[in-house]
Amino acid sequence: MMLLLSLFSRFALFSLMAVGGGITLIPEMHLYVVENHHWMSGQEFASLFAIAQAAPGPNVLVVSLIGWKVAGLAGALTTTVGMCGPSSVLSYYVARLWARFHDSPWRRAIERGLAPLTIGLVSGSAMLMSVAANQHVSGWLLCAASALLAWRTRLNPLWLLGGGAVLGLMGWI
Amino acid sequence: MKSTLIIPTRRQLFMGFFGIGLSGFGGVLPLAHRMLVQQRRWLDEEEFTELLGLGQILPGPNIVNMSIAIGARFHGVAGAWLAVAGLMLAPLVIVLSMAMLYDHYQALPHVQGALHGLASSAAGLLLAMALRMGQKIERHLLAWLLAALTFITVGVLRWPLLLVLLVLAPVSVLLARRRLQAREQA
Repeated sequence: MMLLLSLFSRFALFSLMAVGGGITLIPEMHLYVVENHHWMSGQEFASLFAIAQAAPGPNVLVVSLIGWKVAGLAGALTTTVGMCGPSSVLSYYVARLWARFHDSPWRRAIERGLAPLTIGLVSGSAMLMSVAANQHVSGWLLCAASALLAWRTRLNPLWLLGGGAVLGLMGWI
Repeated sequence: MKSTLIIPTRRQLFMGFFGIGLSGFGGVLPLAHRMLVQQRRWLDEEEFTELLGLGQILPGPNIVNMSIAIGARFHGVAGAWLAVAGLMLAPLVIVLSMAMLYDHYQALPHVQGALHGLASSAAGLLLAMALRMGQKIERHLLAWLLAALTFITVGVLRWPLLLVLLVLAPVSVLLARRRLQAREQA
């Protein structure tokens, strides 16, 4: 019970720190569950992230998997509700006032001001996940090829994930 | 144009977001746009952009924030609950089932291999996302500097995110405000 409470309070705090979406929290969640509490290895963290990416639905589901890994089904529900709760309450109230801020100069300033931070955080997430996921040169090559294809083409990401899984299945990664 | 928009019933609201949650792979935003604006016509282009901006400016998962705002707009608190429940229900069940399979079979060498490959590709997708976002960054030295500072403090030095945000977010917003003001006066 104590574990669930501390999971909930931590993810509720994360909820309010997720500037630019759930993906930006990867470094902070990694710090919390891998580096500080040793609830899983970096490799396991990368696997959970990969499973969440391969599943349909919002990216934020990686949070449910982390909760599940730490404390089972109750953990999954705890982290998911913690992660979505506070920001959802905030959205509900701000949405009702939103129209009023339409012409406020601060609105554009906040949008522009937060964008570089989001980019920095997503880059940090990408670096951390790459280091955790790629153990050999072949992994780095696959990672770079996926990045390049996803960046430069309009290929459905599911093909890249599926291709990666098949290469791995054959023991090449 | 407004007259052609459709106000969903509660049931339609739930089912609509249920569909969005089930069919989006690697992020659901493009799909949400197609369904909400083009197919079901609950929102026009302008309203969608407006609500997307709201979802992005507020902390938390963007699509969840957006579904709360859209649900609330049509059916108040109940609408917000229905939209977010519709969005999350099926993906949550699926992802947890996948995790249980993973737990059960992770010791098998083939499964481990497949997961290594999957993880490398998934990391690559995240890199691509960072590259795409980097391309769209404001062409201003300060924006680059703040992005780099965030990357280094959080990603490399591993400082706590809360600390970094409490310092950098207000600074970055104030600087952006000054840039916008300078542009208006020019």
